[in-house]
Amino acid sequence: MGWQKKILRVDLTNGTAASEPLNMEWANLYLGERGLATKYLWENMDPKADAMGPGNVLVFATGPLTGTMASTSGRYAVVTKGPLTGAIACSNSGGKFGAELKFAGYDLLVIHGKSATPVYLHIVDDNVEVLPADDIWGTSVWHTEEWVKQHHQDPLIKVASIGVSGERGVRFACIVNDLHRAAGRSGVGAVMGSKNLKAVAVRGTVGVKVYDPERFMEAVTKTKALLWDSDGRRSLTEHGTNAMIDSMQEFGGLPTRNFQEVQFGGVDKINPAAMVETKPSGHRNLITNKACFGCTIACGRIAHIDKEHFTIVNRKEYWHASGGLEYETAYAFGPVVGIDDIDALTFAGFLMNEHGMDPISFGVTLAAAMELYEMGVITDKDTDGVPLNFGNAEALTIMAEKTGKYEGFGQILGLGSKRMCEKYGHPELSMSVKGQEFAGYDSRALQGMGLGYATSNRGACHLKHDTFAEDMEDQTGKGKARPCKDSQDVTAMVDSSGVCLFTTSSWGVEEFQQQIDAACEGDWTVDRLREVGERTWNLERQFNLAAGLTAKDDTLPKRLLEVPAPSGTAKGRVSELGKMLPEYYKLRGWTADGVPTKKTLTRLGL
Amino acid sequence: MYKSLLIDPEKCTSCLQCEMACSFEHEGVFNPAKSRIKVFEFEHGRTAIPYTCTQCDEAWCMQACPVDAITMNRVTGAKEVNDSLCVGCKVCTLACPFGTINYNQNTGKVIKCDLCGGDPECAKACPTGAITYVNADWTGYERMRTWALSS
Repeated sequence: MGWQKKILRVDLTNGTAASEPLNMEWANLYLGERGLATKYLWENMDPKADAMGPGNVLVFATGPLTGTMASTSGRYAVVTKGPLTGAIACSNSGGKFGAELKFAGYDLLVIHGKSATPVYLHIVDDNVEVLPADDIWGTSVWHTEEWVKQHHQDPLIKVASIGVSGERGVRFACIVNDLHRAAGRSGVGAVMGSKNLKAVAVRGTVGVKVYDPERFMEAVTKTKALLWDSDGRRSLTEHGTNAMIDSMQEFGGLPTRNFQEVQFGGVDKINPAAMVETKPSGHRNLITNKACFGCTIACGRIAHIDKEHFTIVNRKEYWHASGGLEYETAYAFGPVVGIDDIDALTFAGFLMNEHGMDPISFGVTLAAAMELYEMGVITDKDTDGVPLNFGNAEALTIMAEKTGKYEGFGQILGLGSKRMCEKYGHPELSMSVKGQEFAGYDSRALQGMGLGYATSNRGACHLKHDTFAEDMEDQTGKGKARPCKDSQDVTAMVDSSGVCLFTTSSWGVEEFQQQIDAACEGDWTVDRLREVGERTWNLERQFNLAAGLTAKDDTLPKRLLEVPAPSGTAKGRVSELGKMLPEYYKLRGWTADGVPTKKTLTRLGL
Repeated sequence: MYKSLLIDPEKCTSCLQCEMACSFEHEGVFNPAKSRIKVFEFEHGRTAIPYTCTQCDEAWCMQACPVDAITMNRVTGAKEVNDSLCVGCKVCTLACPFGTINYNQNTGKVIKCDLCGGDPECAKACPTGAITYVNADWTGYERMRTWALSS
């Protein structure tokens, strides 16, 4: 058990939904969530299909540990072909939606086709309806969630939905659940929008059982204590992920003004210390911390904006609390666009959640637009009269709202940085890999991160590998291929289990093994779990190759390969990707062209 | 000496470990929909409040039950539902001013907190100490202490 052994298949073209048994042969090879969803995607669609067309398939997937008492068990993944990259997209989210889907009795939700009119999916255990969404189409995520709960007279319904940005095909639109958690990256919300699917609303009362309850609870209690006692957990609880901003500033790996610099003078105004500082007005940004389902870390920040701040002084509807700054939002609305106004950053974060957009891609796209503006390539005429200078906090919030509502220059920003920079004849200004924008780590200071960005199957991503310790220790590319490859495999396994990546601050594969083996029948060993990760990684790669991507796409922008870091501990360095990549391909058992060899595929049963 | 569940919403992160522990103990399944303790979230998660039966001395549910299916556990003080007597009439759910006794459609009986026989699983599962199990006479002790220090 652990699995519900049942999936829900929805055909939006015909407006039908039916459950079917989970393919246990695949579950035994791919475990769940990310890995299993990748297998279902691979078997159910042509990788060459248009990401925004009816041939794309959208999979919501839970893992065997989702909805159990394992710490951080609230995770689910959305796997589909990404409209930002043309590669496989795999976006992971917390909150309470994923566990609810599992409680309704489903491991996966596989969505095919395209509805002729706007619809939403309403799931209450075995009762599944495809309902008209006319009343909520054209409205925000926040409105949609409230409407669904009121309409069905059930405050316990969990909702995952898109905003106008997703409906209109903003390439980095995300799927938001529980108001401020999101399957954030790669434009999975635009895929949902292209299918005319506004929301998935779930209420589950079936619950989740495990294979060996007694052994499972022993493992859970032990690993829970281990996590609780760790420094990593303590820091995440107390400071949130934004603790990273001070480390990156000191190290000189904090991308600033579209990666022209690697340190930002305004960090002290947007770091965790600034979040808890009481201003002369009596306002303090941070209210408290909150957890996703089952999570004993609770890294989530709940914050509010100063009522006197220009962004909301006349907009009472934003005077409430909501999800606050995390590291990536702080970076994407802060250093990379040169802004240090914490209230503006927080408001931009609210807008991302309300309208359903990925803050990283939005921020880095805006940063590219700001560079184009300062170069004179675009002017006030292009930007609806808004001066897009680096550091302009008003421009940040205006553009966030315009993009969310798909208005004016927001429609151009909604293309993502790659398409936007190509449109204006400066593709080199897009700070992205495979079309997906970088997270808040500079590849010149963190070499392993650069390799991870270049090889991540969903485009630039900081969450698909972990070479952080190695990168902080040594700033050359030497010896980074091995930890990059190994951590990619472990991460893929963790993402297939149903728990959060942040547990790896104290859990090794052994801790996962103890919990997974007790939750699921079938003798799950450490080696077998590592192999699940490696198999998943290679299948994702197969998908991308079949979609038309090649080794040429495993690269970084010239700025990181040729222009040395101007300051910090990596001053004078560029990314050593050229040295790391061949070593990485070799370790993977891929050809020099980045194609898995027959031997590798056979070994992994692919 | 009886003990009581003491709930401090300030410490609650809304992780729902308590709801899972409760349903696992009573139903053998991780299922918040069948939990006797519920966490309520307000204003985008600004506040989260766990809520369950306070085990009233003169319990309305117990008084209202026409078949005496609800009795007091002499050891823990908990008001417990005897499933073999409960007829599912739901009068107790109407009588309880706090809503902490509820009908379970799957079994046709009512469910409520029984303090797990004196070792409440919710308190053990709570990672932040938002739910503790303390001397029933001194549920205010910690709060008194905090105020004593600050005044």
